[in-house]
Amino acid sequence: MNFNTLLRHFREGTKNVFRNGWMSVASMLSIVVSLSLLGVALLLVLNLDRAADEVDRQVEISVYLNLDIQQADRDRVEQEIRDMPEVQELTFVSKEEGLEEMRETLGDAMVKGYEETGTNPLPDMYKVQVIEATTVPFVADKILALNDGRPEAPIYEVDYGKGTAEKLFQWTQTIRIVGLVLVIGLGVMAMFLIANTIKVTIIARRREIAIMKLVGATNRFIRWPFFIEGVLVGMTGSALTLAILLYAYSRVELAASSWKAALFTMIPLHEIWLWFSILILGLGFLIGAWGSTISIRKFLKV
Amino acid sequence: MQDVWKTYPNGTHALQGVSLQIDRSEFVYVVGPSGAGKSTFMKLIYREEVPTKGQISVNGFNLGKLKQRNIPLLRRNIGVIFQDYRLLPKLTAYENVAFAMEVIEAPRKIMKKRVMEVLDLVGLKNKANREPAHLSGGEQQRVAIARAIVNNPSVIVADEPTGNLDPETSWGIMQLLDEINFRGTTIVMATHNKEIVNTMRKRVLAIENGHVVRDQLRGEYGYEF
Repeated sequence: MNFNTLLRHFREGTKNVFRNGWMSVASMLSIVVSLSLLGVALLLVLNLDRAADEVDRQVEISVYLNLDIQQADRDRVEQEIRDMPEVQELTFVSKEEGLEEMRETLGDAMVKGYEETGTNPLPDMYKVQVIEATTVPFVADKILALNDGRPEAPIYEVDYGKGTAEKLFQWTQTIRIVGLVLVIGLGVMAMFLIANTIKVTIIARRREIAIMKLVGATNRFIRWPFFIEGVLVGMTGSALTLAILLYAYSRVELAASSWKAALFTMIPLHEIWLWFSILILGLGFLIGAWGSTISIRKFLKV
Repeated sequence: MQDVWKTYPNGTHALQGVSLQIDRSEFVYVVGPSGAGKSTFMKLIYREEVPTKGQISVNGFNLGKLKQRNIPLLRRNIGVIFQDYRLLPKLTAYENVAFAMEVIEAPRKIMKKRVMEVLDLVGLKNKANREPAHLSGGEQQRVAIARAIVNNPSVIVADEPTGNLDPETSWGIMQLLDEINFRGTTIVMATHNKEIVNTMRKRVLAIENGHVVRDQLRGEYGYEF
């Protein structure tokens, strides 16, 4: 194919978008509707997932050590917890630091007495964060089991908000699954909607293709302008969708930031806009290209 | 054509053992009642249909062995004209004709010149920018003829080109086709127009029930309806 022909295909493809005025608008709108649904679902799920993550992360395991623990025992326990594959982070909180934390949460008065007498009733402890929040109960049991077979138990207690944490995990898990189903379902729906629009467009242009074949156009020659037209419609539709979604998201984000009681924060727009734009525009391109290719294929055999 | 048979999937025997030869620069009328097989005969020439049996050769292409991807090459050497014009409604007269040249990837400069040349030949030079909806039936058919001849095909297949036109306009079209034939292009034309056939006195092929019942040089229409 020479350059002039390629240029001709681009010119024709662009002209066709306008020549088929209402059909182009209908296809574009169907792409906007489908991609918007998909985009909204995606953003919703991403934010819910992040929220679930944030809630999950707030769950940590507190490992209280016995008061009379030896330094060697303490080191060994620390090493053993650190070696567990599920564990992400381990922070040692000495009894002095514990007291300091208590002062911050409960106030000076509570701590004053201990400080004056020089006694500190708090044990040393470790705060353990795990990689996957759902493994918390399991890891807690595992840590407590470090006591087994030792004449002097190094660990006094392991605590992670039993019951509450498990319920929380169930919730976040449900949200994730529902979100996934929503996204897949809407994706399939969008495909049907678009395929149908394309079918209608193509039936209207059967005659045109037949005439092209009659004057000796090769299949490739016929296909190109349709391809370009499809891509143009797809890209325009997705660009429109993107503009709507990004604007709406920024407004919601703004509103949510003034909403102080929120348990979690939304994903900031600047973190996601780039890949989200690429995704939506890419989908628009694919839908347009795929739609025009698929639907003229069967009319080319004249 | 050698012993060509065409049977459609629904069992209709459109052509039954047709053998004939059409020479370069001939003008041939194909006549016969509706449903006799005229259209099938025409479609076989530009390979919209393939014969069930027998051999067809056009311009040195053996149609039975012609590969799918080479069909466009054959069609570029055949201009086809229909009763219903078959123009692209959203393109102007100029664009409709130019389209046939774009297909063969002609350089734009040559294309412009050639398209205006043929539009001039069919007498529509000053209506080049009109869309088919703004042209009369005769004018639309002229555009279709311009499209058919723009690539200098060696054969023109015309399926009842005057079928939708009044007598006067029909004569204009016939004069045009005669002139094209005079320049060396083979023309095969199916028609019901008795007056035209009887006046122009060219070779006449009469098809009835899938058989060629008459093949006459300088023939007459020979049917009374």
